[in-house]
Amino acid sequence: MAAPRTQNRIIRWIDYRLPVFSYLEHELHEYPTPRNLSYWWNFGSLAGFMLVTMIVTGIFLAMYYTPNVDMAFDSVERIRRDVNYGWLIQFIHMNGASFFFIVTYIHVFRGLYYGSYKNPRELLWILGVIILLLMMATAFMGYVLPWGQMSFWGATVITNLFSAIPKVGNAIVTWLWGGYAVGNPTLNRFYSLHYLLPFVIVAVVMLHVIALHQHGSNNPLGIDRKGPQDSIPFHPYYTIKDMFGLGVFLIAYAGFIFFLPNFLGDPQNYIPANPLVTPPEIVPEWYFLPFYAILRSVPDIWFIPSKLAGVICLFGSIGVLFILPWLDTSPVRSARFRPIYKWFFLVLVVDVVALGVCGAHRPEGTYIVIGRIATLYYFFHFLILLPLLGKMERPRPLPASIGAAVLKGGAVSAE
Amino acid sequence: MAETAQAKPMGAHGGGEGTRRDFLVLTASALGAVGTAAVAWPLIASMNPAADTLAAGAPIDVDISKVAPGMSIRVLWRSRPIFIVRRTPEELKQLESGKDNAELSDPDSKALQQADYARNWHRSIKPEILVLVGICTHLGCIPSFAPQPGNTPVENWEGGFFCPCHGSKYDLSGRVFRGVPAPLNLPVPPYNFVSDTVIRIGENPKGSDFDLSSVEQL
Repeated sequence: MAAPRTQNRIIRWIDYRLPVFSYLEHELHEYPTPRNLSYWWNFGSLAGFMLVTMIVTGIFLAMYYTPNVDMAFDSVERIRRDVNYGWLIQFIHMNGASFFFIVTYIHVFRGLYYGSYKNPRELLWILGVIILLLMMATAFMGYVLPWGQMSFWGATVITNLFSAIPKVGNAIVTWLWGGYAVGNPTLNRFYSLHYLLPFVIVAVVMLHVIALHQHGSNNPLGIDRKGPQDSIPFHPYYTIKDMFGLGVFLIAYAGFIFFLPNFLGDPQNYIPANPLVTPPEIVPEWYFLPFYAILRSVPDIWFIPSKLAGVICLFGSIGVLFILPWLDTSPVRSARFRPIYKWFFLVLVVDVVALGVCGAHRPEGTYIVIGRIATLYYFFHFLILLPLLGKMERPRPLPASIGAAVLKGGAVSAE
Repeated sequence: MAETAQAKPMGAHGGGEGTRRDFLVLTASALGAVGTAAVAWPLIASMNPAADTLAAGAPIDVDISKVAPGMSIRVLWRSRPIFIVRRTPEELKQLESGKDNAELSDPDSKALQQADYARNWHRSIKPEILVLVGICTHLGCIPSFAPQPGNTPVENWEGGFFCPCHGSKYDLSGRVFRGVPAPLNLPVPPYNFVSDTVIRIGENPKGSDFDLSSVEQL
C-alpha cells in the first residue's frame, strides 16, 4: 500500500499511525478501473447515495415519529404539517424508497446483461442479492409505520404469507404479530427492525465493496483487464462521472419530491388504519408488484395448494438469483457477444414489467393468463434457458483487450 | 491545484495560470457546497420546536382567587414550573425595608432577569403577588418554597426559596443570596392581570414587549 503523496506533515503523521489516507489512495486513486465503463455503471454508487439519504432522513424522522397504533398516523401527519421542513424530509424519505429501488433494479439488470455475476464475482453478486432482500424487508416494514389503511392491510397480507407453511405456519404468523392480529406489538417491532436493518445493509454493502475491489469492476465488454492500457484510476475519472450521474439523478428525484410527492404512493394510505374494513384493493408499492403478481398467479401444483405454491414461487423468484452464477453456463460475460442471450435478456425485462402490470390489477380475466405465462417464463429463463443457452449459443469473437477495443489503432496508457 | 495539473489527461487545454479545468472544479465544488448546505439546513432546522409545540406555548390564564396570603402555587407554562406566591404583609414589610439587601447578589434586579415592570423591590406588578420561573439559575433544579425563617431547611434561614440540589438560596422575591452557586435571580416571566383574581402568564401588560428568551439565564 503506497504512502500518501502529500508532503503535509500532519497527514503523514496520522497516516503513519492510522493509514486512512493510504487506504483511500489505494482504493480510490490506485484502484484500477476498466477504462470503458458506461453510464450503466453509475447505479451502484447511486444506490449507495440513496442508502445514505434514507438513513440520514430516517434518523430525523425518527425524532418525531411515534410507534403506537393510536398515535403513529397522527405523528406522521404532524411531521408533514408542524415540524420544520418535516414535509421535505418525509417526502425525501418516502420517495427515496422508490428511487432506491429504481437504481437498485437498474443495477441488478445491468449485472444480468453484462454477466457481472460470473467467475470470479459470484460472491459479489450473492452479497448483492442479500442486500436486495434486506432492502425489501426494510421497505416493507417502513411502509407499515405510517399506519394507514395500506400499511395495515399490507402488513396483514404479507405476514399471512407465512401461514402457508404446513404445520407451523400459524404459529409463525402469531410469533411475527406478537398478538392475535397485526397490532401494536407488530408496529413496535417493525419500527425497531426498520431502524436496525439499514445498518445491517451498510455492513453487507461494505462486504459487497470489498468483494468488488478484489477483482475490480466488470465492464461492457465483459473481458478481464490485461494490463495498464486497459484501466484508468477510479479517482478522478469515475468519481467525476459518478458525480455527474448523481446530478442528473437528483434532478429526477427532486422533481418527484417537489412536484409529484404522492405520485408513487397509494391514496388509501392517507386513511388511518382500520382493522374492521379492508380497502377494495390491496396493492403493494410499485417496486413489489412483480413479486406480488408471482404470488397471486400460481395455481395448485399437484399436491401443493395454490397458497403455498405462490409463497414458494415468491421467495423462489429471489432465491433463484442466489444460484444464478451456476445456472448460467456460458463462459462469455457480456451480452454484447451473446447474440441469442441478448434477446432473451430483453424478453426477461419485458416479462418483469408485465408481471408488474399484472400485480397492479386484480387477478381476473387476461391478467391471470398473462400473470401465469410471465411467472412461468421468469423461472424458465433462469432454470432452463440459461443452463441450455450457455451450451448451445455460439458467442461472437471477443476483442483482444479492452484497450484494443475502445482505442482503435492501439492502446495508450492514461497515466 | 497541483493535483489537477498532474492528472491532466490528453487533450486538456492548458496554458496560463487558471485552466478551464480549474474553473470547472472550483465552480462545481462551490455549487456542491451550496447544495450540501441547502440540504443540511432543513435537517438541522427540523430539530427546532415544531409549529404545534410553539402553539402550545401560548399564554395561560391562572385563577389566583384561592391563593391565600403566605401560600404558593405552581403551574406549568412552556414546560416550566411557574411559582405564584401571595406574600403576607409582614413579608412585604421585611422586603421593603431592605434589611437583607447586603446579603443579596443583585438586590436591585440590575441583571436582565425580569421585565422593567418587575424591576422593583417586590419584583412584581402588584407587591403581594409574586410570579417567578421556578428554575434555579445554577443547574436547572426546582427550588422549594420555604417562607418561614428558622433553621430549616438550613441554619439561619431567612425565608424564601431553597434549591435542594446545590444549596442555592433566594429570598421571597426570588433574589439570589451571595455565597451560593446560583449566579442570578430567579427570572420573572411576562404576565399581566386580566382581573383582580386572574393572571395571564406569557403576556406582558400593555406597553411592554419583554421577551422571556431575552433574559440572561432561564
